Amino acid sequence: MSFSKSHLLGIEPLSPTDIVTILDLADSYVDLNRSAVKHSEALSGLTQINMFFENSTRTQASFELAGKRLGADVMNMAMQASSIRKGETLIDTALTLNAMQPDILVVRHPHSGAVDLLAQKVNCAVLNAGDGRHEHPTQALLDALTIRRVKGTVTGLKVAICGDIAHSRVARSNVQLLSKMKNQVRLIGPSTLMPSGFESLGAQVFEDMKDGLRDVDVVMMLRLQKERMDGGFIPSEREYYHRFGLDAEKLSFAKHDAIVMHPGPMNRGVEIDGELADDINRSVIQDQVEMGVAVRMAAMDLLVQARRVRDARGPEEVMV
Amino acid sequence: MRTLLKNARLVDPEAETEATGWLLIEDDMIADLGTGAAPAGAEVERDCKGLALAPGIVDIGVKVCEPGERHKESYRSAGLAAAAGGVTTMVTRPDTMPSIDTPEVLEFVARRANEAAPVRVLPMAALTKGREGREMTELGFLLDAGAVAFTDCDHVVANTKVFARALTYARSLGALVISHPQEPILSAGAAATSGALAALKGLPAVSPMAERMGLDRDIALVEMTGARYHADQISTARALPSLRRARDHGFDITAGTSIHHLTLTDKDADEYRTFFKVKPPLRAEEDRQAVLAALREGTIDLISSMHTPQDEESKRLPFEEAASGAVALETLLPAALGLYHAGDLTLSQLFRAMSLNPAKRLGLPCGRLSKGAPADLVLFDPDAAFTLDRTTLRSKSKNTPFDGHQMRGKVAATFVKGEIVHEAP
Repeated sequence: MSFSKSHLLGIEPLSPTDIVTILDLADSYVDLNRSAVKHSEALSGLTQINMFFENSTRTQASFELAGKRLGADVMNMAMQASSIRKGETLIDTALTLNAMQPDILVVRHPHSGAVDLLAQKVNCAVLNAGDGRHEHPTQALLDALTIRRVKGTVTGLKVAICGDIAHSRVARSNVQLLSKMKNQVRLIGPSTLMPSGFESLGAQVFEDMKDGLRDVDVVMMLRLQKERMDGGFIPSEREYYHRFGLDAEKLSFAKHDAIVMHPGPMNRGVEIDGELADDINRSVIQDQVEMGVAVRMAAMDLLVQARRVRDARGPEEVMV
Repeated sequence: MRTLLKNARLVDPEAETEATGWLLIEDDMIADLGTGAAPAGAEVERDCKGLALAPGIVDIGVKVCEPGERHKESYRSAGLAAAAGGVTTMVTRPDTMPSIDTPEVLEFVARRANEAAPVRVLPMAALTKGREGREMTELGFLLDAGAVAFTDCDHVVANTKVFARALTYARSLGALVISHPQEPILSAGAAATSGALAALKGLPAVSPMAERMGLDRDIALVEMTGARYHADQISTARALPSLRRARDHGFDITAGTSIHHLTLTDKDADEYRTFFKVKPPLRAEEDRQAVLAALREGTIDLISSMHTPQDEESKRLPFEEAASGAVALETLLPAALGLYHAGDLTLSQLFRAMSLNPAKRLGLPCGRLSKGAPADLVLFDPDAAFTLDRTTLRSKSKNTPFDGHQMRGKVAATFVKGEIVHEAP
């Protein structure tokens, strides 16, 4: 058993072997999820708490379903509406929940680094479901699984990530994962939404879609947040769509069998053409959602197994 | 009462010498000093055994959290920390709650401070009411009440008209204005300096250029108004050409930097370590090197601790939400001595920046090792090694970035007005 991490806080601390281990197990969970009885006992008797300090429907549902299919008792806490409003600090909230003896905490928070901070204060496995602009590791893993199942590999490919790179945790986790797996990563977006310094991580930066998409195997589109559309970062929605929205013409510069991905929810007609998003020959957007459940099952299963191994060894050998 | 300190390594920042000799304290003054035979007849003699003796540190920009947040730092705790760190004059900031912006508050604070603290305390006052950048404070009354300089601290007076008038009025009083050079809109919300690290960590970041923009505006206003101006912290290479040009023009401009910007970089704040969150944010290594060089050549005049106490609750938060600032009264000297041991600065250069220049800028007679100067002194062993344990700090708040660091330099004794205010056990 090679996976020995205590938490899944980001892609940055993972090795390529860790990534492959998660993807391999996730493959088997895809099979389970497609069978008639979608149930395993891997997390039977364990408690999973989903703490979302930021609104989410899709990710929270995906984690909830993943936990339930593995037999865990799952509780959702909508933290925007709870004690944080009453002035309780993140750490106090964490300690309170920790006292309820959960085995798995799934956390989303609007601030970068908040999930790392929380993980230092609890003694169960913590999964980062997105922290600020920092990381969203299960998204990058589900993207990798989707690519691997369609392309047969997630190594040696040309992958373009397009749109609002600056504010995207999905982009950061994907750059980390794809670089670790030795793919060529291109970042395409308006200069106002491109942070400085990404070149030093091995990514190539483009400001023109046609240049950036030339001969790529995978096109990942990012969601453009509504509040960034008007005047602040880009002149207008329609100019953005004209220059950076993915349509059939721009996609024609990519390889003929290039796939189109999007983490959802999509703004049709802003970052992606509606028809293209629905084109089953090119778009794998629905596959991504399916892979999401499997990857989250695999990640939680591996974290719990690693914890059991450590507990069996005794405290003197516990790794941080 | 006469005290003779003999066999000391006399660090004289004016003469730029470090010679072994003696120093005679008479009452609260330095009566005489020399390198030859020590004079006889002193009531107290102390063999310094070759330790370094330097003018006590004059620290511009110390935050003491009275009034408002005494649980973070009081004049008593800050004063004890200062004495233990060789700081003999604390020049305190008005960014308290409420701000020190009326003569009544200033007098009250100064009285309390000098009762409670064993070192000298000189208060600064706010430049604008409530540090809100709208109306100037009663600069004249505040000056009469003892304000040694005027500053809104890290609040930039964004309204240029307000700032220009305040500078003009301050000029007519001969008052010193201390400003935080920063383009306030560009730097709003930033928790880090832009670059690969901030991009990777997903932190809102500001370009180092924002410091130069703020400084350029301030320099133009100084040229326009003729005011006496000090930039509290210059931390970027980009700002230095502007500063050099302004000095070449002969404007009455000086600049400081913080000990943290001289000894740490943005890489140290990796892993979201909030004790490394300061304002302005820590910079790249190239910036640190450029600022060090500017300090050596004299473009940057002085080093401050920028002592900013924060309790655990303000720091145990996600990086973006955590409060800025670090305590440094006790770690200023050992951190600065790290630069000496690294060969970046000599001892006399260090004390020029920490004692002589700040005293000169405020028109104080201290900060010198000369006959007739106040006997504010620090006796220290520059080589003594120790590991910093933050729980042992005398400040009420323990937010130092140097916890667990190997440091060198221990204070043996601190003298204020000829009296020992701290003696190592």
